[in-house]
Amino acid sequence: MEVSAIDNSFLKHGTKYKGILGWLTSTDHKRIGLMYMYAIMIFFVVGGLLGGLMRLELFRPGQDIMTAQTYNAVFTVHGVIMIFLVVIPGLAAVFGNILMPIMIGARDVSFPKLNLFSFYIYVIGAILAILSQFLGKGAPDTGWTFYAPYSTDTNTNVVAAVLAAFVLGFSSILTGLNFIVTIHRLRAPGMTWFKMPLFPWSLYATAWIQLLATPIVGITLLMIIAERWFKIGFFDPNLGGDPILFQHLFWIYSHPAVYIMILPAMGVITEIIPTFSQKKVFGYKAIVFSSVAIAAVGYLVWGHHMYTAGMSTTARWFFSLLTFIVAVPSAIKVFNWISTMYKGSINLKPPFYFTMAFVFNFMIGGLTGLVLGSLATDIHVHDTAFVVAHFHYIIFGGMGFAFLAAIHYWFPKIYGRMYNNKLANTSCAFIFGGFTLLYFPQFIIGMQGMPRRYFDYLPQYEWGQVFSFFGAIVLAIGVIIMLFNLFKSARKGEIAGPNPWGGKTLEWTIASPPTVENFEEIPVITQGPYEYK
Amino acid sequence: MENKISHTEHRDDTASKMGMWLFIFTELLLFGGLFIVYAVYRSKYSEDFHVAANQLNTFVGTINTIILLVSSMTVAMSVTALRTGNKSLTLKLLATTIFFAFLFLVNKYFEWGLKIDHHLYPGSELMLTLKRGELLFFGLYYFMTGLHALHIIVGMILLIVIYRKVQNGRLTKDDNALLENGGLYWHLVDLIWIFLFPLLYLIS
Repeated sequence: MEVSAIDNSFLKHGTKYKGILGWLTSTDHKRIGLMYMYAIMIFFVVGGLLGGLMRLELFRPGQDIMTAQTYNAVFTVHGVIMIFLVVIPGLAAVFGNILMPIMIGARDVSFPKLNLFSFYIYVIGAILAILSQFLGKGAPDTGWTFYAPYSTDTNTNVVAAVLAAFVLGFSSILTGLNFIVTIHRLRAPGMTWFKMPLFPWSLYATAWIQLLATPIVGITLLMIIAERWFKIGFFDPNLGGDPILFQHLFWIYSHPAVYIMILPAMGVITEIIPTFSQKKVFGYKAIVFSSVAIAAVGYLVWGHHMYTAGMSTTARWFFSLLTFIVAVPSAIKVFNWISTMYKGSINLKPPFYFTMAFVFNFMIGGLTGLVLGSLATDIHVHDTAFVVAHFHYIIFGGMGFAFLAAIHYWFPKIYGRMYNNKLANTSCAFIFGGFTLLYFPQFIIGMQGMPRRYFDYLPQYEWGQVFSFFGAIVLAIGVIIMLFNLFKSARKGEIAGPNPWGGKTLEWTIASPPTVENFEEIPVITQGPYEYK
Repeated sequence: MENKISHTEHRDDTASKMGMWLFIFTELLLFGGLFIVYAVYRSKYSEDFHVAANQLNTFVGTINTIILLVSSMTVAMSVTALRTGNKSLTLKLLATTIFFAFLFLVNKYFEWGLKIDHHLYPGSELMLTLKRGELLFFGLYYFMTGLHALHIIVGMILLIVIYRKVQNGRLTKDDNALLENGGLYWHLVDLIWIFLFPLLYLIS
C-alpha cells in the first residue's frame, strides 16, 4: 500500500505537464509550498553568506575586507533578504501551504490559482530585490528599515529595494487572504473552530496581521518612491515633511510583522510537542486565545522602536506598558508547552531537539525583549549590539529553529522518506551551539556599548566579535550537515510510512507523500485534534 | 501513460465574495495610510491647505464625482440584470460603466494637464517655492488622485474582462460571482473617491 501510495504522490503527478513545467504551472498547494521552500533555502544561504562576510569584517577592529560603504550595503542586503524573502514568508508560505489544507481536511486552498499567483509575485519581488544590488549607483545602504530622510537622499539604488519590499508585501497579503478564506470555508465536516489543530489556528491569526498591517507599509514604501522621484516631501524635513511620521508608519507594519514571523513558529512548536510527548496539548483554548491576543495587541506596540526618536513621555509610557502586555500571551504559550510535556512519554527525536532549542532561545529572546521594552533600560542599550542579539534570538533562534523543527517533523510526510537521525541530531547540536556562541556575546558587548551597524569598533569589544565569528563558523558547519542530510534523504532515505511519529492530526492519517487530492474521501471530524492517551 | 488531472474544479461563490471583501479591506487600509498623512499635515499646516485647496477646480471634481456615482449605479444594475438572465442589458450596462470610467480619466487628464501647464507638479521649480503646507497639499493631491486613477484603470481592465466573459456566455445567471466581485471593486473605487473629493476639493 505504501509503495503504491508513493507512486501516486503529488511529487510525481501534478498537472498535465511533466517535469519542471509541471511544477511551475501547478496549482497544488503542496507543490507551491515546496517551490517556496527551495527558493527560501537559496535566499537563506545567500543571506547567511552576507552575514558571514560581516562577521569576517568585524573579526578585528579597523577596516579588513571591505569599506564602510560596502559594509552598509552588505548589512542592508542581508536584512532585506532575510526579513522580506526568508523570514516573513518562511513558515506560512512553506508549511502553511503544504500542510494547512491537509490539517483541516481540505483538498486544496480556496483559491489555488491565486496561490500560484502569489508565488510568482514573490519571485518577481525577489528578482527586484536582487536587481537592486546591481542596478543604478550601487546597492542600497539604508538598512532594511529604509529610514527617511536618509533613504530619500542617498544616491544608492533604494527605489528597486523598496519596490521589491512592496511587491513582496502584496504576495504576503494574497497568501493571508487565501488562508483566511480557506480556514473559514474548507474545514472538514465536524471540524468546529475549537476542533481545529493549533498550527492552522496560528496561521489564521497570522493571516489577519498580514492582511491588516501590510497595506500600511505598502503605502509608506510608495511614499518613499514618490519622494525620491517627484520630490513630494512627505518625510524630508527640508521639503516640509516629518521623518518621525515615516517611523510611525513603518513600525505600524513592521512590528506586527515580527508576529507574522513568530506566530506560525509557535504553531509549529505546538504541533510538535504533543506528538513527541504523546499527550494532549495542555490548555488548547489558552493557546488559541493567546495567538489571537498576540495578533491583536501586537498592533499597538510599534512605538517601542522609537523611544529615542522623539515622542511624548505619555506615549512612551503607554507603548512600554503595551509592550509588557504582549509578553503575557507569549509566556502563556511557554507555560502550556512545558505543561504538555509534564508526565508525557517524551520521544527524543530530532524535531523535538530543535523544538527544545526553540523554547530555550525564545525565552532568552523574549526576556531581553522586556529589557528593550522598558524605557530606562532601552535608552541605555538602544541601537547597540544588544538589540542585534535580541532580534536574532527571536527571529533566528525562534522562527529559524521552528522552521528547522518543522522540516524535520514533516520531512517524512512530504517526501515519504526518513532522514538519518544521528546526522540530524549532530546538525542540531552544531546549529544550536554555533548560534549561541554567535549571538550571546553580542548581548554582553551590547550592554558594554558596542553600537550596531558599525563596521569598526573599539578594541575592548574584540573578544565578543571573535567569539561571534567562530560561532558563525560552527553554525555554518551545522547548516551544511543538515542540508546534506536532508537532500540525500529526500532521494535515498528509507521509506517512512504514513505516521512515523505517532501523530494524531489529520496529515498523519493519509499516505506519505500525500496524493494529489490529499484525501480519497473528506474525513468527518468527531473529536479534538490531540486525542492522545 | 496515465495523466492525472490534478484538481477537480471546485466552486465556492461565498468564498470568492469573502476573498473580495478581505481584499477591499486591504485597499482601504492602503489609502488609510495616506489619510493619516493627510490628517497629520492638515492639522500642522491648516492655513496652507486651505489656500492650496482653493486652487483645485471644484467643478471638474464635482463632474467626476457624479460620473463615478452613476457608474457605480450602472454596475450594480448590471449585476441585477445578469441575475435575471438578461444578457444584452447586462452588456449595455457594463459598457456604460466602462465608458464612464474612461470619461473620468479624460476629465482627470485635463485637470492634471492644466496644472502641469502652470508648472504646478511634483518636482517642478514652482512647487519648491511654495509654502511647506501648500507643497505637501499638492504632493498629496497628485499622489492620492494618481493612486486612485491607477485603481480606475485596474477596474476598467477588470470590467472589460468581465464584459468579454459575459459576451462569450462564460458568466451566466448561475455563475456570476466574478461580476459581483467586479462590481464590489468598482464600488470601492467610487467609495475612495467619495472620501478624496471633500478632503481635496471642498475643504477650501
